Amino acid sequence: MHAYECRFRIGIISLKKRHSMSTIATSQISTADQSLPKAPTGIPGLDEVTNGGLPRGRPTLVCGSAGCGKTLLAMEFLIRGAIEFREPGVFIAFEETVEDLTQNVRSLGFDLNKLVRQKKLALDFVRVERNEIEETGEYDLEGLFIRLNAAIDSIGAKRVVLDTIEALFSGLQNEGILRAELRRLFRWLKDKGVTAIITGERGDGTLTRRGLEEYVSDCVILLDHRVNDQISTRRMRIVKYRGTTHGTNEYPFLIDEEGFSVLPITSLGLQHTVSDERISSGIPRLDTMLGGAGFYRGSTILVSGTAGTGKTSLATHFVNAACERGERCLYFAFEESPGQLIRNMRSIGLDLGKFVKKGLLNIHSSRATLYGLEMHLALIHKMVQQFKPDIVVADPIGALMTAGSGRDANLMIIRLIDFLKARGVTAMLINLTSGGDTLEHTAVDISSIVDSWLLLRDVELGGERNRALYVLKSRGMRHSNQLREFLLTDHGVELLDVYVGPEGVLTGSSRMSLEARERASVLAVRQEAERKERERQRKREALEAKIIALRKEFESEETESVLLASEEVNRRQRLENEQHAMAISRGADEANGDARPRRKLNSK
Amino acid sequence: MKKASAKTPLSLEELARHQSPDDAEKWDLRLYVAGQTPRSVAAFANLKRLCEEHLAGRYSIEVIDLMKHPQLAAGDQILAIPTLVRKLPQPIRKIVGDLRDGERALVGLQLRPAKN
Repeated sequence: MHAYECRFRIGIISLKKRHSMSTIATSQISTADQSLPKAPTGIPGLDEVTNGGLPRGRPTLVCGSAGCGKTLLAMEFLIRGAIEFREPGVFIAFEETVEDLTQNVRSLGFDLNKLVRQKKLALDFVRVERNEIEETGEYDLEGLFIRLNAAIDSIGAKRVVLDTIEALFSGLQNEGILRAELRRLFRWLKDKGVTAIITGERGDGTLTRRGLEEYVSDCVILLDHRVNDQISTRRMRIVKYRGTTHGTNEYPFLIDEEGFSVLPITSLGLQHTVSDERISSGIPRLDTMLGGAGFYRGSTILVSGTAGTGKTSLATHFVNAACERGERCLYFAFEESPGQLIRNMRSIGLDLGKFVKKGLLNIHSSRATLYGLEMHLALIHKMVQQFKPDIVVADPIGALMTAGSGRDANLMIIRLIDFLKARGVTAMLINLTSGGDTLEHTAVDISSIVDSWLLLRDVELGGERNRALYVLKSRGMRHSNQLREFLLTDHGVELLDVYVGPEGVLTGSSRMSLEARERASVLAVRQEAERKERERQRKREALEAKIIALRKEFESEETESVLLASEEVNRRQRLENEQHAMAISRGADEANGDARPRRKLNSK
Repeated sequence: MKKASAKTPLSLEELARHQSPDDAEKWDLRLYVAGQTPRSVAAFANLKRLCEEHLAGRYSIEVIDLMKHPQLAAGDQILAIPTLVRKLPQPIRKIVGDLRDGERALVGLQLRPAKN
């Protein structure tokens, strides 16, 4: 676990480095492009890697081992130059006859004969046979110059290919003369102002077998064809390019039915525009978990989980929702055929077939081991460019691991994510984690660059395996931190709250039985409460009755005391009256103190 | 044994005849040059001398100036200048250079077997 963390950190650092470097590179492009005129090749990707094309009016050396595509690159440079940029070209072949060349290129959809008739292309085969040639005394290669010159002038060529001039070394013995003449030839090509490609076979430890790089020093492109674990990959690298910045990495390239294409993915920066738009995951409760609105458009979502946890179902929901909104989806299935996927998803109530018919959904199935990683990447690129999807699903991304070593696969997936982000495509990557690993450890260490990460896991409890889902991270939104039980029903995925209590996290029938028990206990509590309430009511009523009785008692006592008081007054009055009457009768004096109490009594 | 690089296959008799250059066969030679350079002048002089010595009376030399007729260079696959092409007798042989080494030129024209 610790070792993993370390690796993870290093990964992040190198990522940052890469990005900052690419930012520098892009900022330099604009200034470099003004100083050095370039001839665009028209080959997808190559112009991006070279920041605009090959040096105009200068020779470029393309070297590589046998069968790596040198001739094709050169030929496509001419053909595209002639068709797309109105620059006629001359192809001088030293190894293949014109007929062979025409035939080879026809398989890629180019008709050389037509271009030759239209005076856009001139082909010349220069045959050098050592056994026919005897050398005696001094000579030069003026004959070649004359032929080249005639060919260039006949169509006003702006581009020239010499493929491969090294054949001269096998035909002519005097290397001293040959080298002097080659030097003269390349200078002559420069003076002529043509943009040239010279091809050269790769030598042992050197770029070319005959050291052509000594003469052609403006731009050197190295093509490579490697076979690792029985899977071949083609890569290219710009070894040098004088006077301009260029991509320095090894870029995978492809030769397919449409010709040569370079994948300049590593040249992508992080300057893509971001969207504030939110899109639904297709599962309402999951949207609620994701800050109430779902994923950000253009973000990258990783769904990881062990086998059978419903990753594909989750992805299909996402796709289904997108298609219902009328968006275009591209689904790369590396383990299921389109038919199988559609059938399986019907079982959870999702009909993908109708979207396929409408042309909104394209399911592309291919075994991961069918091609090398680059080929897969190129295929994805191409399909994305052609289909222009809003959403791309790769299921499972880990299958690609088998197509290359771990590092390669990581790089590839990072490139893929960059590419999709730059196009504003929302990507859902599905990753199968094996049971032994910790769940947070994805087989492909891309967790740091994805925007949202959903984790599906199974919970084994009470003799059952149930599915659970949680949002591990989701950048830029308040996402739920809770675990949800993930149910696959015949009408789709449902998310339920899991039971979290003193007995732990419960799912499935344990959750249900616990819920039943809980319901029973809730009922019991309610009944108890009702009983208590009734008791209280009764007590209250009793107390109130008591209060009334007491009040009545108090009232009666009060009336009695009032009565007693008035009786007392009457009694006193009477007594006074009697005393007064007695006093009168006795004839007592008014001024006597006796009058005062009487007054007092009267005032009362 | 000669290498069968010629387009038309040769019979054994013809092959035998080719191996003996002293027969009364017609020699058809072409010298490709590019302008009146000292080198092409020297080549022509050397060729003339060799032919007079070994093929007197049964040779013809055609000098082609590629400066004037650049389109002719492709036909005989000319790269180096000067190049001498033996059109006849077949098969076609090419000797590049100013022919200053007479011995090698003779070997090249197969007027003399190669020395070991």
